[in-house]
Amino acid sequence: MNCSSYRSLLAKKSVGIAGLGGLGSSVAVSLARSGIGRLVLADFDVVELSNLYRQHYFEEQVGQLKVKATEQNLRRISSNISVCSHPVRLDQSNIPGIFADTDVIIEALDDPEEKAKFVTCCLASFPETPIIAASGIAGLDSGDKITIKRVGDRIYLVGDDVTAQDSHNLLWPARVGIAANHQAHIAVRILLGLES
Amino acid sequence: MIVYINGQKRTLDGDVTLLELLEKLGLNPDRVAVELNHQVVLKENFSGHRLQDEDRLEIVRFVGGG
Repeated sequence: MNCSSYRSLLAKKSVGIAGLGGLGSSVAVSLARSGIGRLVLADFDVVELSNLYRQHYFEEQVGQLKVKATEQNLRRISSNISVCSHPVRLDQSNIPGIFADTDVIIEALDDPEEKAKFVTCCLASFPETPIIAASGIAGLDSGDKITIKRVGDRIYLVGDDVTAQDSHNLLWPARVGIAANHQAHIAVRILLGLES
Repeated sequence: MIVYINGQKRTLDGDVTLLELLEKLGLNPDRVAVELNHQVVLKENFSGHRLQDEDRLEIVRFVGGG
């Protein structure tokens, strides 16, 4: 296959992203650049100044809803990308509707209990859809420790598994970016049929 | 009893519920997603679910940050 056939394939695909913080905002950009046809974005939050240390937003976007700011950024990359934005807190009542008709789901939330609830709900609601989650992306430990684990048939877990964000372990853009691009790359590989 | 946890064989003594196993493994039941024999197990069912010989568990544990 050549580049244009890959891109034609990806143009027909849809990826859902839960959370548009350090991970989700960067995953969205990589997927848009890869030529994914449709992104479903969910995040209730607005852009704050401190988010700029690691999230893919710009100063003039402070105060905007993250879903809107992300959509704006993605359209500068690919003007005809399809974006469905949901500026909501995710829960069991809305996850099935929001993420229906996606080919891959990316978990990019920050709270560990919300991550667990989200992934559990997706496993229950979408028995065939691969889920690419993240756990352990904070701190200044080597980027080499951000690994990809395959769990069962359709869960991928990116991260070092242990380093939670706290007052000692901040989120640094490059380390978070490594994890985000692992998530995006796995999504692309799945969509191109390169993951068994 | 033999169970498989993320592909690794483990021997468990006696009658164990999924919740008890999570506790034994030092895992917070609010911060995990669990599949048992390819089916997701909801958190509210962890305490009622007794494990059986040859059960295959996939357990994902989450820490914060995103």
